[in-house]
Amino acid sequence: MLMKRVIPCLDVHEGRVVKGVNFIDLRDAGDPVELAAAYDKEGADELVFLDITATHEDRPLMLEVARRTAEEVFIPYTVGGGMRTSADIRAMLSAGCDKISMNSAAVAAPGLITETSRIYGSQCIVVAIDARRVPGSSRWEVFVSGGRTNTGLDAVAWAEEAERLGAGEILLTSMDRDGTKDGFDIDLTRAITRAVNIPVIASGGAGELDDFAEVVIEADADAVLAASVFHFGQFSVRQVKEAMAAHGVPVRL
Amino acid sequence: MIAIIDYRMGNLRSVQKGFEHAGVRDVVVTDDPEVVRAADGIVLPGVGAFRDASANLKASGLWELLLSRVAAGTPFLGICLGMQLLASVGLEDGEWEGLGMIPGTCERLPGGVKIPHIGWNTVAYPRESRLFDGIPADTAFYFVHSYHLRPSDPSCIIGSTEYGVPFAAAVQAGSAYAVQFHPEKSSDMGLRLLANFGAIVTERGSR
Repeated sequence: MLMKRVIPCLDVHEGRVVKGVNFIDLRDAGDPVELAAAYDKEGADELVFLDITATHEDRPLMLEVARRTAEEVFIPYTVGGGMRTSADIRAMLSAGCDKISMNSAAVAAPGLITETSRIYGSQCIVVAIDARRVPGSSRWEVFVSGGRTNTGLDAVAWAEEAERLGAGEILLTSMDRDGTKDGFDIDLTRAITRAVNIPVIASGGAGELDDFAEVVIEADADAVLAASVFHFGQFSVRQVKEAMAAHGVPVRL
Repeated sequence: MIAIIDYRMGNLRSVQKGFEHAGVRDVVVTDDPEVVRAADGIVLPGVGAFRDASANLKASGLWELLLSRVAAGTPFLGICLGMQLLASVGLEDGEWEGLGMIPGTCERLPGGVKIPHIGWNTVAYPRESRLFDGIPADTAFYFVHSYHLRPSDPSCIIGSTEYGVPFAAAVQAGSAYAVQFHPEKSSDMGLRLLANFGAIVTERGSR
């Protein structure tokens, strides 16, 4: 049976993890690779590294993180943030990462999705969508540049378009819920999972253990992603998976 | 020595490092037929299209060599595309010759489910195999694929997975083993499988 995935997300700035992590026994809590290995031990199914530096000068640092991760961590991992061109994506995949995630670049140049998925396979091209509800409606709009710019694109239509262009997965973040700990955005996630036939990773809003099973059961999410609840030690990955299993969600324990 | 075959079908660093972390020593990545000929074990990984893989193997002069080494009993492990290539025929974007170590076809997964099949899925054991020594039945491994190997004779299936339909997740014919999932991305249990293959190689070498 195909398992639902639990994916911790690590924010990386200049080659270092920025948010504090409460793992014990780490020699270097800021080292993305050591943290990745700790999450693997805890039972994480995948990892996402989000490069929040994203300036051209710092690309080699993230490439080095990707290279070391491939050599020391044996679960799949995605790198996102700051990749603008086919050459950026090629360099990151050659460094050994399994998937790359694109957000602003995909909106600015949708052809990049098609080009890179044809070359490397759709399974390694993730399109990240940051969506916010249009007040008083049941529509969501797509924001880029770290949530600063409203593109005016309809989130459901953009997800469908991303699939058509060759995306292998959608990483969906609810900007309304992100950071609130009010739970995942069920309406948004359901709207997207109904619209596309590729896996959807739900993100934004995790606050309670039961939130994870809810978005899988109620909105048909294929995977759940969270950052702060893991980093600050509120829950371990294993606790989340055990809670999901208690609700009857198939997870790898 | 175990030779991981580099035929320009994807990044092989994780496979090599996975063996190292599993405690298997003397693993090299190579495209040199002489190194492959001398190897005690051969690993054929790979991600990409069947046609390109088949063409690259033939162009590198490794095609016949792989067949003769496996016929001579050298332990072999195919991973993902490296499993699919064992079919007699690949049906991805046309019809392409496979190595034929496992009579059968490489076909697209049937519809009705999301394709590619991405994620952790459980593997059941229709029969016992050394490759899964110490790995409980229904352990989840990491899969990423749209095509699968469909053997004409199902008795070679040592691991079976359900995704819409049951399909062969692992096969064995003589000294040739192959898995559709990625042991090098399947955490502890994946590394255990690599260690098991290492043990199979060592055991044969010491005979």
